[in-house]
Amino acid sequence: MTRSPHRSELPRRSRAALAAGRGVATLSRAAHLGSGSVIGGKLALAVDPLLLGRLSAGHDTVLVSGTNGKTTTTHLVGAALRTAGPVASNTLGANMPPGMVAALDRAPDDVTAVLEVDERWLPRVLGEVGPAVVVLLNLSRDQLDRSHEVRKIADTWRDALGRLATRVVVANADDPLVVWAAGGAPHVVWVGAGSSWTADAAGCPACGGRIDFSPTTWRCTACDFARPEPAWTDDGTHAVQRDGPRVPLAVELPGRVNRGNALLALAAADAVGVEPATAAPGLRRVREVAGRYRSADVADSRLRMLLAKNPAGWTEAIDMLAPAPRPVVAAINARIADGRDPSWLWDVPYERLQGRLVVATGERRHDLAVRLRYADVDHDVADSLEAAVRRCGTPDVDLIANYTAFQDYLDAVGREP
Amino acid sequence: MSTPRDSVVRVGLLFPELLGTYGDGGNAVILVQRLRWRGLDAELVEIAAGTTVPETCDLYLLGGGEDAPQTEAARELGTDGPLHRAVARGAVVLAVCAGMQIVGRSFPGGSGRTETGLGLLDCVTVKTDEPRAVGELLVTPDAAFADLGRLTGFENHGGRTRLGPGARPLGRVVAGVGNGDGTEGVTTADEADGRVVGTYLHGPVLARNPALADALLAWVVGAPLDPLDDTDADALRAERFRAVEQGNLDGVAHRTWRDRLLRRN
Repeated sequence: MTRSPHRSELPRRSRAALAAGRGVATLSRAAHLGSGSVIGGKLALAVDPLLLGRLSAGHDTVLVSGTNGKTTTTHLVGAALRTAGPVASNTLGANMPPGMVAALDRAPDDVTAVLEVDERWLPRVLGEVGPAVVVLLNLSRDQLDRSHEVRKIADTWRDALGRLATRVVVANADDPLVVWAAGGAPHVVWVGAGSSWTADAAGCPACGGRIDFSPTTWRCTACDFARPEPAWTDDGTHAVQRDGPRVPLAVELPGRVNRGNALLALAAADAVGVEPATAAPGLRRVREVAGRYRSADVADSRLRMLLAKNPAGWTEAIDMLAPAPRPVVAAINARIADGRDPSWLWDVPYERLQGRLVVATGERRHDLAVRLRYADVDHDVADSLEAAVRRCGTPDVDLIANYTAFQDYLDAVGREP
Repeated sequence: MSTPRDSVVRVGLLFPELLGTYGDGGNAVILVQRLRWRGLDAELVEIAAGTTVPETCDLYLLGGGEDAPQTEAARELGTDGPLHRAVARGAVVLAVCAGMQIVGRSFPGGSGRTETGLGLLDCVTVKTDEPRAVGELLVTPDAAFADLGRLTGFENHGGRTRLGPGARPLGRVVAGVGNGDGTEGVTTADEADGRVVGTYLHGPVLARNPALADALLAWVVGAPLDPLDDTDADALRAERFRAVEQGNLDGVAHRTWRDRLLRRN
């Protein structure tokens, strides 16, 4: 990959754009409005719309996209690559161009960049950045009143990947929509990363036929579209590379889904050129991701904080809970960033929470309470996080919150561990 | 038409993979649970697209969907198929959003073409220049449906629905768009033409409107039903009514000046 221009060779307009962006970011921080990276990046892009492509030209870049697990996998890829050298990353989940510009602006020349990309922005970012590696996680329904069709996203990915000379696409072989999207790329490394959500992939993206899922594989019943044989699998303790060595895969983050994310990260590191045996120990350093998986003291209890934004994410988060009867606080908002319509609660298998107390909170706690009632789950309603934790009344409580509820609670308990 | 029964009530969820974008399966769960809580046997029958639609269900559910799956669902159900025979026999149909559009006489398909509907309701849905209707929908029921109480839900649709002489609406829109002419929902003007109810209150409409769920079930069972504990649903309804009264139609409750400045929600 070409490695120019270096920072000093950027056009004057780009340097002016960056200076303006940094200035605004500093003001924003001084006014305690946040990190300022998004607002700074926005201004910089307004001054120089080509800035993202110009900045990324100086770096080997890994892009990470999908509906769920973007931020976590970006952290895991970063941790794997840091075993070999410095890395720049938009680790706080600012996953649209302004956030990427801010991350790259802070990056020294030549360090590898690992960038989380919103799934709707991926085609455009692919064109501007020309990444070395793209990691594709999964695609499922999210924020329904904004993003009408998951399949449309898969099609736009496929088009964009077909037009580009991305060195390697690392893709989840267990998600048919991801396999369809990656099918446009010339060189794909398939990873058996698992999938707990199949409802959005029941119709074959190739022919419209029905996809038949078994616990370990899937195939279309009408055409030859089927799960590709993965080059990487997880045998429960090790990452197993077809025609390659077995590497111990130890992950501190909970849940099967995070073992899958770690496996994808290892394959991505390998594609960048970092030996799996070198990269794998780095994965263990990730214990918390932008506040997710954090433990905090709330109302005399130890609260473990999980984030879930949509049905697939909730299904995965329920899989991460401590065993029953540990109580759960479940928090639902329906602001714009959450999707204004919480109908998706009926797509979540809340029946799996039977056998424990669930306390519903957040601005749409009553929608959740009704859902829990029909799921035959013992539940109550509380109007604040603290009241909800108190209602649980146990030393340890698990929290699952959707996006804006989680951000509010993170502000309340403190963003730093 | 139907008589008090002692056998299992079968609730058919039609084509969940085509018409299940918005948590529509919730309505089936709600109906089955409300029967079981009353000690009545109930069975949820998921009817996959491409399979033969059974005529033996007591109640059929059609949910929301995108343009292409909606057209496919209408094609599979046809204009004189198993669902039509079931309705003629007295089966109840709840058709939500895209589901309501396809049980009418015609609806706009994805390519801009007018598609033929099932013709179970005397209405047509058309595409207009109006923006997509997205947000809270609150409805006062017409006198014939006063027992249902106010109907509350969320709507998300592009089409507008016009009723013919053989149809009547469920009620009048207080907030939101509904059919587009101030009315909301469609049902048969004469029950003899079938027990078919359509609504733009999308997704799990019965979660917020347990009286509507019980009205459908009473049709099936042929007798009034015992009341259930709907404390949670009552609290949800009160909260949603309040939100509409406060003009908080889009669920954005606490955006601060800081959020606005950062365009953060």
